[in-house]
Amino acid sequence: MASKVIQAYYTDDDVLMHAVKKVKAAKHHIEEVYCPFPVHGLDKAMGLAPTRIAITSFMYGCVGLTVAIVMMNYIMISDWPQDIGGKPSFSYIENMPAFVPIMFELTVFFAAHLMVITFYLRSRLWPFKNAENPDPRTTDDHFVMEIEVHGNESELKDLLLDTGAVEINVSEKNSH
Amino acid sequence: MASHYEAPIRRPLVTGDKGYHDVTVDIAAPVEGRANKQWWIVFTIALVAFLWGIGCIIYTISTGIGTWGLNKTVNWAWDITNFVWWVGIGHAGTLISAVLLLFRQKWRMAINRSAEAMTIFSVVQAGLFPIIHMGRPWLAYWVLPIPNQFGSLWVNFNSPLLWDVFAISTYLSVSLVFWWTGLLPDFAMIRDRAVKPFQKKIYSLLSFGWSGRAKDWQRFEEVSLVLAGLATPLVLSVHTIVSFDFATSVIPGWHTTIFPPYFVAGAIFSGFAMVNTLLIIMRKVCHLEDYITVQHIELMNIVIMITGSIVGCAYITELFIAWYSGVEYEQYAFLNRATGPYWWAYWAMMSCNVFSPQFMWFKKLRTSIMFSFFISIIVNIGMWFERFVIIVTSLHRDYLPSSWTMFSPTFVDIGIFIGTIGFFFVLFLLYSRTFPVIAQAEVKSILKSSGSKYKKLRDAGKPLYEINKIGAVKETAAKVEEPAVEEADEKVSNLLGTLGTFDASTDTADDLKKVKGIGPLMEKTLNGIGIFTFAQVSRMTEKEYDLLDSITGSFPGRAQRDDWAGQANKLNNK
Repeated sequence: MASKVIQAYYTDDDVLMHAVKKVKAAKHHIEEVYCPFPVHGLDKAMGLAPTRIAITSFMYGCVGLTVAIVMMNYIMISDWPQDIGGKPSFSYIENMPAFVPIMFELTVFFAAHLMVITFYLRSRLWPFKNAENPDPRTTDDHFVMEIEVHGNESELKDLLLDTGAVEINVSEKNSH
Repeated sequence: MASHYEAPIRRPLVTGDKGYHDVTVDIAAPVEGRANKQWWIVFTIALVAFLWGIGCIIYTISTGIGTWGLNKTVNWAWDITNFVWWVGIGHAGTLISAVLLLFRQKWRMAINRSAEAMTIFSVVQAGLFPIIHMGRPWLAYWVLPIPNQFGSLWVNFNSPLLWDVFAISTYLSVSLVFWWTGLLPDFAMIRDRAVKPFQKKIYSLLSFGWSGRAKDWQRFEEVSLVLAGLATPLVLSVHTIVSFDFATSVIPGWHTTIFPPYFVAGAIFSGFAMVNTLLIIMRKVCHLEDYITVQHIELMNIVIMITGSIVGCAYITELFIAWYSGVEYEQYAFLNRATGPYWWAYWAMMSCNVFSPQFMWFKKLRTSIMFSFFISIIVNIGMWFERFVIIVTSLHRDYLPSSWTMFSPTFVDIGIFIGTIGFFFVLFLLYSRTFPVIAQAEVKSILKSSGSKYKKLRDAGKPLYEINKIGAVKETAAKVEEPAVEEADEKVSNLLGTLGTFDASTDTADDLKKVKGIGPLMEKTLNGIGIFTFAQVSRMTEKEYDLLDSITGSFPGRAQRDDWAGQANKLNNK
């Protein structure tokens, strides 16, 4: 579906922040902001929900810890218990000190990798994925605020020019 | 904005009055430019060393470990020395990017990318040694706990050597994704600047389609923080576990509880020395003196001084504990280290690792680039000797005096070591020409607080930004515009008459940029005229080319030279 959007270009993060606040105050919905680097506080100003990716990482870590315990319990205690160095393998808990390093490593392994995979999938990042930033300058020094137009084009233009946009672009956009 | 405030007493981390665009240009320059002669010379030397190493590895594997200088007493020598040395070097990268991130040290941003690259490349070298030492590297997968044809034959989870397998592979892979995630926005920057289609394609592939949405950045920062939180204990665990390889044995000189913290401090020490070695050269060759400043080198020297002193304390503690324990074997092991036939290795280690970093107490010395480079090399040598001393001197005098012996490396031992150094530099040199060597997105985010340009503005009491109402409205892109001039209008209708018109409701627009010679600007212009599809372009003849030139007024003759019609015809038939 094609929709009409207005794109306001900024060249400074502080100007952008002021603009975002102003546009929000005027009760417009900001579709997207493309930035060349992280602008602190932008997500809050735009009204984005906080990310839950750290929580997923914690859960993945718990999975990793469980995998480590189940695996070592099966291999070292139940499948083929051995007496190594005068320390027989009667129970997992008694032999646990020797298993701590692997329990730790697998927790980190799962937490880190699965979180990064989640991030890549949620943010739609993978090899052969085409970039969707509207202008190549948005990875250099330009910030682009994108607002959908609902018959209020001239009003929006005036507002955005007022906030210090260096360029305003109206275009049809196909949503992916 | 208050968030950009930084105490005026802090020296700028980015000098040379850089703005955002200057950072882009400077970081992209080494990638976009051509390699100079020195680069090719160093690369060739590294490549030759690497190939020599490959030759020695092939000789070892095809003939056997007997090609090394090992004997029945000294049955672990250069291989494990090199392994621990490389793993140790690999610690600085994660320390800089993870620990310094948690401590909010902004100076990390200029060096974290290269330090992480160094980490990954040196862990790759480290990993080679255990695999070669297996003798049958094609059976390397036997170290993994996988069901096999031998019934209930499993790996031994009580063994520190197996812990090492898990620690090193977790460390390597987590460092790699940490590095790559940070690289995405910077690859995207190079992608968006690339002019040649091949480069564009490669960097599009590498950047995973990074677009820099606000939500992406929000997740990106959270992911970086969590990865730093995970990598910090991970990096400490890795060298701890490496030290367990020795500490859990019963060899006098190895059986020491101080090993884990002592090895970790030594690893950070040698890693920072290697970062200094590499970056002092790179800042010069890639003209990055404004980003990797003398202040950065000074701070790294301070870390080297502190960790070197910790290592010195550990050496002395070892001696004290050997004496205090009353165990004769332990006492002899340390007496033999300092005064036995390997005294030269022990004192090389002591002077390189404990004495040389003490020069860094003097500001004049630690801010001298030449001196820092010199000390960094000395420390690298010293840390190699530390591992050699721990391993060989503890083994060469075992419990049975009749088997006491010395170790002498063969050309294969030396060749493999030189080969890994060559491999390391091959990787690093390739990296320095193809990767953004400084995390430019992160540097831009601290530019207003720590860049000299903005610091000067702040000192002068001037605002860091101004809201100017100078914007211009452009109505381009997919909107079919009425051309302003009547005459042009007539030409356009003539042109479209032969090419056919585009009807948005029935036709779909093609990506005209695929035609060589049509860039984003020209595409916009063509779209503005009403040309959207390959079919339309393919109908162009000389007459239409001329007509197009007279409408656009740019690049006369370009379309004909590049044969847009022919190209479009091909693309249309795809």
